[in-house]
Amino acid sequence: MTDHNQTPAEGDAPKRKHGASLLQLTDRTKRRNAAETRFKAYGIAAIGVGLLMLVVLVTTIVGKGLGAFQQTFVTLEVALLEDKLDKNGNRDIEDIKKVTTFGYAPIIRAAMETKVETLGIESALKGKDMADILSKDAAATLREYVIANPDQIGQTVEFAFLAQSRVDGYLKGRVTRESIANDKNISAEQLDFVDQLIEAGTVKKTFNLAFILGADASDARPEAAGMGVSMLGSLFMMLVVLALALPIGVAASIYLEEFAPQNWLTDIIEVNISNLAAVPSIVFGILGLAVFINYMHLPTSAPLVGGLVLTLMTLPTIIISTRASLKAVPPSIRDAALGVGASKMQSVFHHVLPLAAPGILTGTIIGLAQALGETAPLLLIGMVGFIASNAPDSIASGLLSPNSAMPAQIYEWAKRADPAFYERAWGGIIILLIFLVTMNTLAVILRRRFERRW
Amino acid sequence: MNDMTVVEKTVETQRTKIAARNVNVYYGDSHAIKDVNVEIEDKTVTAFIGPSGCGKSTFLRCLNRMNDTIGTCRVTGDILLEGEDIYDKRVDPVQLRAQVGMVFQKPNPFPKSIYDNVAYGPRIHGLAKNKAELDEIVEKSLRRGAIWNEVKDRLHSPGTGLSGGQQQRLCIARAVATEPEVLLMDEPCSALDPIATAQVEELIDELRENYSVVIVTHSMQQAARVSQKTAFFHLGNLVEFGPTGQIFTNPEDPRTESYITGRIG
Ligand SMILES: Nc1ncnc2c1ncn2[C@@H]1O[C@H](COP(=O)(O)OP(=O)(O)OP(=O)(O)O)[C@@H](O)[C@H]1O
Ligand SMILES: [Mg+2]
Repeated sequence: MTDHNQTPAEGDAPKRKHGASLLQLTDRTKRRNAAETRFKAYGIAAIGVGLLMLVVLVTTIVGKGLGAFQQTFVTLEVALLEDKLDKNGNRDIEDIKKVTTFGYAPIIRAAMETKVETLGIESALKGKDMADILSKDAAATLREYVIANPDQIGQTVEFAFLAQSRVDGYLKGRVTRESIANDKNISAEQLDFVDQLIEAGTVKKTFNLAFILGADASDARPEAAGMGVSMLGSLFMMLVVLALALPIGVAASIYLEEFAPQNWLTDIIEVNISNLAAVPSIVFGILGLAVFINYMHLPTSAPLVGGLVLTLMTLPTIIISTRASLKAVPPSIRDAALGVGASKMQSVFHHVLPLAAPGILTGTIIGLAQALGETAPLLLIGMVGFIASNAPDSIASGLLSPNSAMPAQIYEWAKRADPAFYERAWGGIIILLIFLVTMNTLAVILRRRFERRW
Repeated sequence: MNDMTVVEKTVETQRTKIAARNVNVYYGDSHAIKDVNVEIEDKTVTAFIGPSGCGKSTFLRCLNRMNDTIGTCRVTGDILLEGEDIYDKRVDPVQLRAQVGMVFQKPNPFPKSIYDNVAYGPRIHGLAKNKAELDEIVEKSLRRGAIWNEVKDRLHSPGTGLSGGQQQRLCIARAVATEPEVLLMDEPCSALDPIATAQVEELIDELRENYSVVIVTHSMQQAARVSQKTAFFHLGNLVEFGPTGQIFTNPEDPRTESYITGRIG
C-alpha cells in the first residue's frame, strides 16, 4: 500500500502514451539518439580519412616533385676561340655550323681547367673527368649560343651550364658516396671536386625555368628535360577539343533538349550518350587509331589526332552537362517567350541559352580538364614514348607535327630507369595538377557567380 | 450567394472575337476538353471558372496554341479568330501569339531589365522603327500595366527584382506591348496579395476598352467583379456560358449552382 501513498493522483492523470515525463528520455529515444551519434561519428571519420589521404597525396607529390623545379648549374667563363670555332675567320654561319658538338668539348674542358686554376683548387682529376660533372647538354648549349651569336667568337663569355644528373642528385641529397659505388657515371673523386666547387660558389642549385618551358631530352640527359613542348602539345589538343566538342556538343544538346520529338529514336540516342560517357578512354584511343590514323591517314603522334580522340571522349560529358543546364532553366521562361510571340529558336537563343551558359561553360571546363589529364588514348596514337624535343613554330605544325602531351610526358619519364627522370615525373605531376586545379576552380567560380538568377 | 455582390454592368453585346466550335482536346488518351462551343466577344472580359482539373487552362491554351508545345496534346474542332481558323495549316503559331497575348499564373518576367522585358516583344515583331519609338511603346505599356510610376526610375534594373505583384503587372505590360487583340490570363492573381489583386483587377477592367480579355480564376468574387461573361467548366465540359450576373444569380444548370454555392469544387 506504500505505492498508493506515493502517487495519490494516479487515478486522475490519464496514462500518457509516450512515457511518463518529457524530462525523462525513453529507451527508444535513447537508442535513436545513440544511432544518430554513431552515424555522425562514422561520417566525421570518413571525412577524416579522406582528408588524411589528401594530405598524404599532396605532401608526397610536393615532396617528391618540388626538386624538379630546381637544378644544379656550373658557372664557367668560356673563351670562344676563333681558331677552333671559325677557322676561316669570316664568320660564315655555314662554316660555324660545321663544328659539331664534339668540337666544343675541348673548349668547355679548357674553361673548366681555367676555372680550377683561378680558384686554386687542388684536384687529382684529369681535365676530362672534371668536365664530366657537366651535362652532356653543355656542348650543345654552347654550340647553339655560338650559332645564334657568331659575333661573340673570340670573346670570353660567362655560362651557367647544367650539371649532370648525378651531381644534381648529389646536391639534392638523392646521390651519396655509398649509392654511387657501382655507378659508371660518376666517381667519389668527382664528388669531392664538386664539394670544392660548391665551396667556391661555382656549383649552385637555382630555380630552373627550363623544366617548365623546355623540351624533353633523351635518356642520357635527364637534367635537360622539360615539360614545355609537351605542354604545347596539350594546348593544341585542348584547342581542337574546344573548337569541336563545344559547338557540336551544345548544338546536339539544344536540338535534343528543345526541338527533338520524344520518341524511341531520341530515347535510344539519349541512352547511348549516357553509355558513351562511361566508355573507358582507351576504347576511344583504339578507335582513333583505326579511324584517324589507319583509315584517314592523319599523322601519328600529332596533337590534331589526339585532340580528335579526346573530342570523342569529351562530347558525352559536354552533352550531358549542357542538357542538364538546359533542363534547369524553368519552363516558365520558355512559356513567357512563346507567349509574346517569339519563335522556338528565339526563345532558346534569347532566353534559355544565356541562362544555361554558365552551366554549359562549367561542364565544358570540367570536360576539358578531364581530357587534359587523359593518358590512355594517347598511348594508342603514339603520343607516348615520343621525345618532344622541338617546339612547334606555327599553328599548323603545332597541330600536325609529332608531339607529346603533359600526362603522356609524365608517364614517359616515370617509365625511364634513371631516378633523375623519376623526380621530373613528380614535378610534371605538380604542373599538371596546377592546371587541373586552376580549371576546376574556374568552373566553381563560374558556377558560384552565375548561380540561378530567376 | 448573398456575399457575392455582382457589380451591375451594362452588358452590351459585342462582336464575336473568338468562336470555338466542337473543340475537343486530348492528352494522349485522356480526353481533357469535350465538345466545347463558346463565343468570346470583343471588348469584353470573359471569365472561365470551374473546379481544379476541369480543363480551364487547357482550353485557354488552345486559344493561342500554347498547347502545341506539349507533345501529347491533340486538338480537334475549329477555333476562329476574326473568322479565321487558327489551327489552319497555313497559320504560324508564332504570328498568332503576337495577336493573342498570354499572362501566366506565376509571374515569369525574363531575368533581364524591366525595359528589356517590355521591349522584347516589340523588338522581335519589329513594331518600333527606332529607339525613341521603342521607348514610347515601353512607357505606354508600363502605364497600361499600371506599374509605370513604380518603375520609371529603375527601368534598367532587373525585372526579377520586383515584388510578386509588380512582376505580374510587368508581365501584363509585356503582354500588351505587342498590341495583341486578345489577352489570355491564367489565374493572374493567384500569387498576389489582396492589394496587388485589386490593382490587377482594376487593370483588367481598363484593358477591356481595347482588348478582348479571357481570365481563368478560382475566385468567384473575382469573376463576379471583373467579368461580363462567365463560362463554367466541369470535367472537361462547358456546362454553362452566359452573362456573369445571370450565372451567379440565376444559374440554369444544377452543377453550376452547386459549384458557386460551394458544394462541388
Ligand atoms: N501536359 C499535360 N499532359 C497530360 N495531361 C494534362 C496536361 N495538362 C493537363 N492535363 C490534364 O488535363 C486536365 C485538365 O487540366 P487543366 O490544367 O486544364 O485544368 P485546370 O482547369 O486548369 O485546373 P486548375 O484549376 O487546377 O489549374 C487534367 O485532368 C489534367 O490532368
Ligand atoms: Mg489551370
